[in-house]
Amino acid sequence: MPDHAHHHEAIASVEKRTDAIEAAFHERGMEPANFIREFKHLAEEEWVPENGARVVAKAWTDPAFRERLFANGRDAVTELGLSMPPHHRHLVVLENTPTVHNVICCTLCSCTAFSIIGLPPDWYKDLEYRARVVRQSRTVLSEMGLELPADMEVRVWDTTADTRYMVLPVRPAGTEGWSEEKLASLITKDAMIGVSRL
Amino acid sequence: MDGMHDLGGKQGFGRIRYSLRAETFHEPWEKRVNALYSLAVKLGIFNMDEYRHAIERMEPRHYLSASYYERSLTSLATLCVEKGILTQEELERRAQGAFPLALPSAPGRSNVATRETLKVGDKVTVKSHHVHGHVRMPGYIRGKSGVVVGVSPPYPFPDAHGHGIEAEHEPTYDVRFDSRDLWSDAADAAFVHVGVFESYLERAK
Repeated sequence: MPDHAHHHEAIASVEKRTDAIEAAFHERGMEPANFIREFKHLAEEEWVPENGARVVAKAWTDPAFRERLFANGRDAVTELGLSMPPHHRHLVVLENTPTVHNVICCTLCSCTAFSIIGLPPDWYKDLEYRARVVRQSRTVLSEMGLELPADMEVRVWDTTADTRYMVLPVRPAGTEGWSEEKLASLITKDAMIGVSRL
Repeated sequence: MDGMHDLGGKQGFGRIRYSLRAETFHEPWEKRVNALYSLAVKLGIFNMDEYRHAIERMEPRHYLSASYYERSLTSLATLCVEKGILTQEELERRAQGAFPLALPSAPGRSNVATRETLKVGDKVTVKSHHVHGHVRMPGYIRGKSGVVVGVSPPYPFPDAHGHGIEAEHEPTYDVRFDSRDLWSDAADAAFVHVGVFESYLERAK
Protein backbone atom coordinates (compact mmCIF):
# COMPACT_ATOMS: atom_id res chain seq x y z
CA MET A 1 0.00 0.00 0.00
CA PRO A 2 1.26 3.48 -0.80
CA ASP A 3 1.54 4.65 2.81
CA HIS A 4 3.72 1.64 3.36
CA ALA A 5 6.15 2.23 0.56
CA HIS A 6 8.86 2.66 3.15
CA HIS A 7 8.94 -1.02 4.00
CA HIS A 8 8.28 -4.21 2.16
CA GLU A 9 6.57 -6.32 4.75
CA ALA A 10 3.62 -8.29 3.39
CA ILE A 11 0.19 -7.07 4.42
CA ALA A 12 -1.21 -9.10 7.27
CA SER A 13 -4.41 -11.04 6.57
CA VAL A 14 -7.70 -9.40 7.52
CA GLU A 15 -8.12 -12.03 10.26
CA LYS A 16 -4.74 -11.18 11.78
CA ARG A 17 -5.44 -7.46 11.51
CA THR A 18 -8.79 -8.00 13.27
CA ASP A 19 -7.08 -10.13 15.94
CA ALA A 20 -4.56 -7.32 16.47
CA ILE A 21 -7.24 -4.73 17.22
CA GLU A 22 -9.25 -7.09 19.39
CA ALA A 23 -6.14 -7.99 21.43
CA ALA A 24 -5.15 -4.34 21.80
CA PHE A 25 -8.68 -3.45 22.96
CA HIS A 26 -8.63 -6.36 25.40
CA GLU A 27 -5.31 -5.23 26.86
CA ARG A 28 -6.79 -1.77 27.43
CA GLY A 29 -9.71 -3.16 29.41
CA MET A 30 -12.31 -2.44 26.72
CA GLU A 31 -13.76 -5.95 27.00
CA PRO A 32 -14.20 -6.59 23.28
CA ALA A 33 -15.17 -10.25 23.71
CA ASN A 34 -18.32 -9.37 25.64
CA PHE A 35 -19.30 -6.77 23.09
CA ILE A 36 -18.67 -9.13 20.18
CA ARG A 37 -20.94 -11.71 21.80
CA GLU A 38 -23.63 -9.07 22.30
CA PHE A 39 -23.22 -7.81 18.74
CA LYS A 40 -23.55 -11.33 17.27
CA HIS A 41 -26.79 -11.76 19.16
CA LEU A 42 -28.12 -8.47 17.79
CA ALA A 43 -26.99 -9.21 14.24
CA GLU A 44 -28.34 -12.76 14.20
CA GLU A 45 -31.44 -12.56 16.38
CA GLU A 46 -32.61 -8.96 16.66
CA TRP A 47 -31.85 -7.06 13.44
CA VAL A 48 -33.86 -9.36 11.20
CA PRO A 49 -36.21 -8.69 8.28
CA GLU A 50 -39.05 -10.35 10.19
CA ASN A 51 -39.28 -7.01 12.06
CA GLY A 52 -40.01 -5.07 8.90
CA ALA A 53 -42.32 -7.85 7.73
CA ARG A 54 -44.47 -7.32 10.83
CA VAL A 55 -44.55 -3.57 10.12
CA VAL A 56 -45.67 -4.15 6.54
CA ALA A 57 -48.31 -6.71 7.48
CA LYS A 58 -49.71 -4.36 10.11
CA ALA A 59 -49.79 -1.50 7.58
CA TRP A 60 -51.71 -3.72 5.16
CA THR A 61 -54.36 -4.60 7.72
CA ASP A 62 -54.66 -1.50 9.92
CA PRO A 63 -55.34 1.75 8.01
CA ALA A 64 -54.82 3.94 11.10
CA PHE A 65 -51.41 2.35 11.74
CA ARG A 66 -50.57 2.84 8.06
CA GLU A 67 -51.24 6.57 8.40
CA ARG A 68 -49.12 6.80 11.56
CA LEU A 69 -46.35 4.90 9.77
CA PHE A 70 -46.32 7.40 6.91
CA ALA A 71 -46.46 10.34 9.31
CA ASN A 72 -43.64 9.17 11.59
CA GLY A 73 -42.16 5.76 10.87
CA ARG A 74 -39.73 5.85 13.76
CA ASP A 75 -42.50 6.36 16.31
CA ALA A 76 -44.92 3.95 14.62
CA VAL A 77 -42.58 0.94 14.72
CA THR A 78 -42.29 1.29 18.49
CA GLU A 79 -45.95 0.22 18.68
CA LEU A 80 -44.71 -3.23 17.59
CA GLY A 81 -41.94 -3.23 20.17
CA LEU A 82 -39.32 -2.34 17.54
CA SER A 83 -36.74 0.41 17.77
CA MET A 84 -34.08 2.20 15.78
CA PRO A 85 -30.65 3.36 16.95
CA PRO A 86 -30.59 6.93 18.31
CA HIS A 87 -28.78 8.34 15.28
CA HIS A 88 -31.51 7.08 12.91
CA ARG A 89 -33.77 9.99 13.69
CA HIS A 90 -36.37 9.42 11.00
CA LEU A 91 -37.86 6.47 9.13
CA VAL A 92 -39.51 7.25 5.81
CA VAL A 93 -41.83 4.53 4.54
CA LEU A 94 -42.14 4.49 0.76
CA GLU A 95 -45.41 3.20 -0.62
CA ASN A 96 -45.37 1.04 -3.72
CA THR A 97 -48.55 1.11 -5.79
CA PRO A 98 -49.58 -0.63 -9.00
CA THR A 99 -47.99 2.31 -10.87
CA VAL A 100 -45.11 3.38 -8.59
CA HIS A 101 -42.04 1.38 -7.62
CA ASN A 102 -39.54 2.50 -4.96
CA VAL A 103 -36.02 1.17 -4.46
CA ILE A 104 -33.43 2.18 -1.83
CA CYS A 105 -29.65 2.33 -1.90
CA CYS A 106 -26.67 4.14 -0.37
CA THR A 107 -24.20 5.28 -3.00
CA LEU A 108 -21.64 6.73 -0.55
CA CYS A 109 -21.40 3.76 1.84
CA SER A 110 -24.13 1.23 2.66
CA CYS A 111 -26.63 2.71 5.11
CA THR A 112 -29.92 0.93 5.84
CA ALA A 113 -32.67 0.80 8.47
CA PHE A 114 -30.97 -2.37 9.68
CA SER A 115 -32.90 -2.74 12.94
CA ILE A 116 -36.14 -2.88 10.92
CA ILE A 117 -35.44 -4.49 7.53
CA GLY A 118 -32.32 -6.42 8.61
CA LEU A 119 -28.64 -5.87 7.93
CA PRO A 120 -27.91 -5.14 4.27
CA PRO A 121 -27.20 -8.10 1.97
CA ASP A 122 -23.73 -8.42 0.42
CA TRP A 123 -24.79 -7.18 -3.02
CA TYR A 124 -26.30 -3.99 -1.53
CA LYS A 125 -22.81 -3.05 -0.30
CA ASP A 126 -21.02 -3.95 -3.54
CA LEU A 127 -19.58 -1.27 -5.79
CA GLU A 128 -21.86 -2.37 -8.66
CA TYR A 129 -25.17 -1.73 -6.89
CA ARG A 130 -23.97 1.53 -5.36
CA ALA A 131 -22.69 2.89 -8.67
CA ARG A 132 -25.46 1.73 -10.96
CA VAL A 133 -28.87 1.68 -9.30
CA VAL A 134 -29.27 5.47 -9.16
CA ARG A 135 -28.52 5.89 -12.83
CA GLN A 136 -29.71 2.62 -14.38
CA SER A 137 -32.50 1.69 -12.00
CA ARG A 138 -34.74 -0.12 -14.43
CA THR A 139 -31.83 -1.95 -16.08
CA VAL A 140 -30.37 -3.04 -12.75
CA LEU A 141 -33.75 -4.23 -11.45
CA SER A 142 -34.30 -6.17 -14.64
CA GLU A 143 -30.89 -7.83 -14.30
CA MET A 144 -31.87 -8.77 -10.75
CA GLY A 145 -35.03 -10.43 -12.04
CA LEU A 146 -37.58 -7.65 -11.60
CA GLU A 147 -39.19 -6.55 -14.85
CA LEU A 148 -41.27 -3.42 -14.38
CA PRO A 149 -44.02 -2.39 -16.80
CA ALA A 150 -42.88 0.41 -19.11
CA ASP A 151 -45.38 2.88 -17.65
CA MET A 152 -44.43 2.29 -14.01
CA GLU A 153 -42.78 5.27 -12.30
CA VAL A 154 -39.46 4.36 -10.66
CA ARG A 155 -38.36 6.23 -7.53
CA VAL A 156 -34.83 5.66 -6.25
CA TRP A 157 -33.85 6.76 -2.70
CA ASP A 158 -30.18 7.35 -1.92
CA THR A 159 -29.52 7.14 1.85
CA THR A 160 -26.99 9.96 2.19
CA ALA A 161 -28.01 11.25 5.64
CA ASP A 162 -29.06 9.40 8.81
CA THR A 163 -32.70 9.29 7.76
CA ARG A 164 -33.63 5.73 6.86
CA TYR A 165 -36.01 4.38 4.24
CA MET A 166 -38.00 1.20 3.72
CA VAL A 167 -40.34 0.17 0.94
CA LEU A 168 -43.93 -0.77 1.71
CA PRO A 169 -44.73 -3.41 -0.92
CA VAL A 170 -48.14 -3.77 -2.54
CA ARG A 171 -50.27 -6.36 -0.79
CA PRO A 172 -50.54 -9.37 -3.11
CA ALA A 173 -53.93 -10.22 -4.58
CA GLY A 174 -55.70 -13.23 -3.08
CA THR A 175 -54.60 -12.54 0.48
CA GLU A 176 -57.93 -11.14 1.71
CA GLY A 177 -58.74 -12.26 5.22
CA TRP A 178 -55.21 -13.49 5.96
CA SER A 179 -53.87 -12.93 9.47
CA GLU A 180 -51.03 -10.47 10.03
CA GLU A 181 -48.77 -13.37 10.85
CA LYS A 182 -49.54 -15.18 7.61
CA LEU A 183 -49.14 -11.96 5.61
CA ALA A 184 -45.80 -11.27 7.30
CA SER A 185 -44.49 -14.62 6.08
CA LEU A 186 -44.73 -13.33 2.48
CA ILE A 187 -42.54 -10.28 3.03
CA THR A 188 -38.81 -10.37 2.29
CA LYS A 189 -35.87 -8.07 2.94
CA ASP A 190 -35.45 -7.67 -0.83
CA ALA A 191 -39.05 -6.46 -1.17
CA MET A 192 -38.43 -3.84 1.55
CA ILE A 193 -35.27 -2.72 -0.28
CA GLY A 194 -37.30 -2.66 -3.48
CA VAL A 195 -35.43 -5.06 -5.71
CA SER A 196 -38.40 -7.41 -5.82
CA ARG A 197 -42.19 -7.11 -5.74
CA LEU A 198 -44.39 -9.65 -4.01
CA MET B 1 -13.94 15.25 -0.91
CA ASP B 2 -14.50 13.94 -4.40
CA GLY B 3 -13.25 10.52 -3.35
CA MET B 4 -13.34 7.05 -4.84
CA HIS B 5 -16.24 6.21 -2.51
CA ASP B 6 -18.55 8.61 -4.36
CA LEU B 7 -19.80 5.95 -6.74
CA GLY B 8 -23.33 7.05 -7.67
CA GLY B 9 -23.63 7.20 -11.44
CA LYS B 10 -20.10 5.97 -12.17
CA GLN B 11 -20.10 3.88 -15.32
CA GLY B 12 -18.26 0.73 -16.28
CA PHE B 13 -19.42 -1.54 -13.47
CA GLY B 14 -20.89 -4.92 -14.39
CA ARG B 15 -23.87 -6.89 -13.16
CA ILE B 16 -24.84 -6.96 -9.50
CA ARG B 17 -23.70 -10.14 -7.72
CA TYR B 18 -27.26 -10.89 -6.68
CA SER B 19 -28.64 -13.94 -4.98
CA LEU B 20 -31.88 -14.58 -3.13
CA ARG B 21 -31.60 -14.41 0.67
CA ALA B 22 -28.03 -13.14 0.34
CA GLU B 23 -25.92 -13.13 3.47
CA THR B 24 -24.64 -10.03 5.25
CA PHE B 25 -21.50 -11.72 6.61
CA HIS B 26 -19.40 -14.42 5.02
CA GLU B 27 -16.46 -14.83 7.41
CA PRO B 28 -16.37 -14.81 11.22
CA TRP B 29 -13.84 -11.92 11.33
CA GLU B 30 -16.37 -9.67 9.55
CA LYS B 31 -18.78 -9.78 12.49
CA ARG B 32 -15.90 -9.11 14.87
CA VAL B 33 -14.86 -6.04 12.87
CA ASN B 34 -18.43 -4.75 12.80
CA ALA B 35 -18.66 -5.29 16.57
CA LEU B 36 -15.28 -3.67 17.27
CA TYR B 37 -16.05 -0.45 15.43
CA SER B 38 -19.48 -0.33 17.06
CA LEU B 39 -17.74 -0.70 20.43
CA ALA B 40 -15.37 2.14 19.60
CA VAL B 41 -18.36 4.36 18.70
CA LYS B 42 -20.13 3.32 21.91
CA LEU B 43 -17.04 4.19 23.93
CA GLY B 44 -16.91 7.62 22.28
CA ILE B 45 -13.55 7.06 20.55
CA PHE B 46 -15.05 8.31 17.28
CA ASN B 47 -18.46 9.02 15.78
CA MET B 48 -20.13 7.53 12.69
CA ASP B 49 -19.23 10.51 10.50
CA GLU B 50 -15.57 10.17 11.42
CA TYR B 51 -15.88 6.45 10.74
CA ARG B 52 -17.34 7.04 7.28
CA HIS B 53 -14.77 9.69 6.50
CA ALA B 54 -11.84 7.44 7.44
CA ILE B 55 -13.16 4.90 4.90
CA GLU B 56 -13.33 7.64 2.28
CA ARG B 57 -9.71 8.59 3.03
CA MET B 58 -8.42 5.14 2.08
CA GLU B 59 -5.98 5.27 -0.79
CA PRO B 60 -8.22 4.78 -3.86
CA ARG B 61 -6.63 1.55 -5.08
CA HIS B 62 -6.93 0.12 -1.58
CA TYR B 63 -10.55 1.31 -1.32
CA LEU B 64 -11.58 -0.35 -4.57
CA SER B 65 -9.82 -3.64 -3.90
CA ALA B 66 -10.84 -3.99 -0.24
CA SER B 67 -14.01 -5.81 0.76
CA TYR B 68 -16.69 -3.89 2.66
CA TYR B 69 -15.45 -5.21 6.01
CA GLU B 70 -11.80 -4.61 5.17
CA ARG B 71 -12.79 -0.98 4.68
CA SER B 72 -14.45 -1.04 8.13
CA LEU B 73 -11.32 -2.59 9.59
CA THR B 74 -9.09 0.05 8.00
CA SER B 75 -11.25 2.91 9.24
CA LEU B 76 -11.35 1.48 12.77
CA ALA B 77 -7.58 1.06 12.90
CA THR B 78 -6.89 4.47 11.35
CA LEU B 79 -9.08 6.32 13.84
CA CYS B 80 -7.72 4.41 16.84
CA VAL B 81 -4.20 5.42 15.74
CA GLU B 82 -5.18 9.04 15.01
CA LYS B 83 -6.97 9.32 18.36
CA GLY B 84 -3.94 7.97 20.21
CA ILE B 85 -5.62 4.76 21.42
CA LEU B 86 -3.21 2.51 19.50
CA THR B 87 -0.11 2.89 17.38
CA GLN B 88 0.43 1.48 13.93
CA GLU B 89 3.61 -0.17 15.22
CA GLU B 90 1.67 -2.03 17.88
CA LEU B 91 -0.92 -3.15 15.35
CA GLU B 92 1.74 -4.35 12.91
CA ARG B 93 3.64 -6.15 15.63
CA ARG B 94 0.48 -7.91 16.76
CA ALA B 95 -0.66 -8.69 13.20
CA GLN B 96 2.85 -9.84 12.21
CA GLY B 97 2.68 -7.91 8.97
CA ALA B 98 1.87 -4.57 7.41
CA PHE B 99 -1.38 -2.92 8.51
CA PRO B 100 -2.30 -0.27 5.91
CA LEU B 101 -4.23 2.73 7.21
CA ALA B 102 -6.21 5.46 5.47
CA LEU B 103 -4.45 8.64 4.36
CA PRO B 104 -4.50 11.73 6.61
CA SER B 105 -7.53 13.98 6.75
CA ALA B 106 -7.84 17.41 5.14
CA PRO B 107 -9.57 20.12 7.22
CA GLY B 108 -13.32 19.93 7.73
CA ARG B 109 -15.69 22.89 7.66
CA SER B 110 -18.48 24.34 9.77
CA ASN B 111 -22.12 24.67 8.81
CA VAL B 112 -22.79 27.19 6.05
CA ALA B 113 -23.83 30.44 7.73
CA THR B 114 -26.38 31.54 5.14
CA ARG B 115 -28.75 28.61 5.10
CA GLU B 116 -32.46 28.80 4.72
CA THR B 117 -35.27 26.73 6.20
CA LEU B 118 -37.09 24.94 3.41
CA LYS B 119 -40.39 23.10 3.11
CA VAL B 120 -42.00 20.43 0.99
CA GLY B 121 -42.64 21.73 -2.52
CA ASP B 122 -39.73 24.19 -2.57
CA LYS B 123 -37.58 24.14 -5.68
CA VAL B 124 -33.93 23.96 -4.71
CA THR B 125 -30.47 23.86 -6.25
CA VAL B 126 -27.50 22.04 -4.76
CA LYS B 127 -24.68 24.53 -4.27
CA SER B 128 -21.53 23.96 -6.31
CA HIS B 129 -19.39 23.36 -3.27
CA HIS B 130 -16.05 21.62 -3.50
CA VAL B 131 -14.71 20.69 -0.09
CA HIS B 132 -11.49 19.07 1.06
CA GLY B 133 -12.92 17.08 3.94
CA HIS B 134 -15.97 14.95 4.65
CA VAL B 135 -19.20 15.75 2.83
CA ARG B 136 -22.43 13.80 2.36
CA MET B 137 -23.37 15.41 -0.95
CA PRO B 138 -22.87 12.84 -3.69
CA GLY B 139 -21.09 14.44 -6.65
CA TYR B 140 -23.89 13.56 -9.05
CA ILE B 141 -26.22 16.20 -7.54
CA ARG B 142 -23.71 19.08 -7.39
CA GLY B 143 -25.23 22.13 -9.10
CA LYS B 144 -28.42 20.21 -9.94
CA SER B 145 -31.97 21.33 -9.17
CA GLY B 146 -34.88 19.40 -7.71
CA VAL B 147 -37.91 19.63 -5.45
CA VAL B 148 -38.13 19.06 -1.69
CA VAL B 149 -40.45 16.11 -0.98
CA GLY B 150 -39.60 15.45 2.67
CA VAL B 151 -38.06 17.09 5.72
CA SER B 152 -36.08 15.19 8.37
CA PRO B 153 -35.17 16.22 11.91
CA PRO B 154 -31.86 18.00 12.51
CA TYR B 155 -28.63 15.99 12.50
CA PRO B 156 -25.05 17.03 13.29
CA PHE B 157 -23.52 18.59 10.16
CA PRO B 158 -21.31 15.80 8.81
CA ASP B 159 -18.70 18.11 7.22
CA ALA B 160 -17.84 19.23 10.76
CA HIS B 161 -18.85 16.16 12.78
CA GLY B 162 -16.71 13.93 10.55
CA HIS B 163 -13.68 15.90 11.70
CA GLY B 164 -14.55 15.92 15.38
CA ILE B 165 -15.17 19.67 15.33
CA GLU B 166 -18.20 21.54 16.65
CA ALA B 167 -21.21 20.86 14.43
CA GLU B 168 -24.56 22.57 14.63
CA HIS B 169 -27.48 20.29 13.91
CA GLU B 170 -29.45 21.02 10.79
CA PRO B 171 -32.34 19.37 8.90
CA THR B 172 -31.91 17.21 5.87
CA TYR B 173 -34.33 17.41 2.98
CA ASP B 174 -35.35 14.59 0.69
CA VAL B 175 -34.89 16.23 -2.69
CA ARG B 176 -36.39 14.69 -5.82
CA PHE B 177 -34.30 14.93 -8.98
CA ASP B 178 -35.23 13.78 -12.46
CA SER B 179 -32.58 11.31 -13.65
CA ARG B 180 -32.50 13.13 -17.00
CA ASP B 181 -31.46 16.34 -15.23
CA LEU B 182 -28.62 14.41 -13.61
CA TRP B 183 -27.29 12.42 -16.57
CA SER B 184 -29.18 13.70 -19.62
CA ASP B 185 -30.44 10.83 -21.73
CA ALA B 186 -27.63 8.51 -20.57
CA ALA B 187 -29.76 7.21 -17.68
CA ASP B 188 -32.95 5.22 -17.14
CA ALA B 189 -36.00 7.42 -16.56
CA ALA B 190 -36.59 7.69 -12.81
CA PHE B 191 -36.93 10.09 -9.93
CA VAL B 192 -33.81 9.98 -7.79
CA HIS B 193 -34.19 11.16 -4.18
CA VAL B 194 -31.26 12.23 -2.06
CA GLY B 195 -31.17 13.25 1.62
CA VAL B 196 -29.48 16.66 1.41
CA PHE B 197 -28.24 18.76 4.33
CA GLU B 198 -29.55 22.31 4.54
CA SER B 199 -26.04 23.76 4.17
CA TYR B 200 -25.78 22.20 0.71
CA LEU B 201 -28.97 23.78 -0.64
CA GLU B 202 -30.25 27.09 -1.90
CA ARG B 203 -33.58 28.08 -3.46
CA ALA B 204 -33.64 27.52 -7.20
CA LYS B 205 -33.39 30.77 -9.12
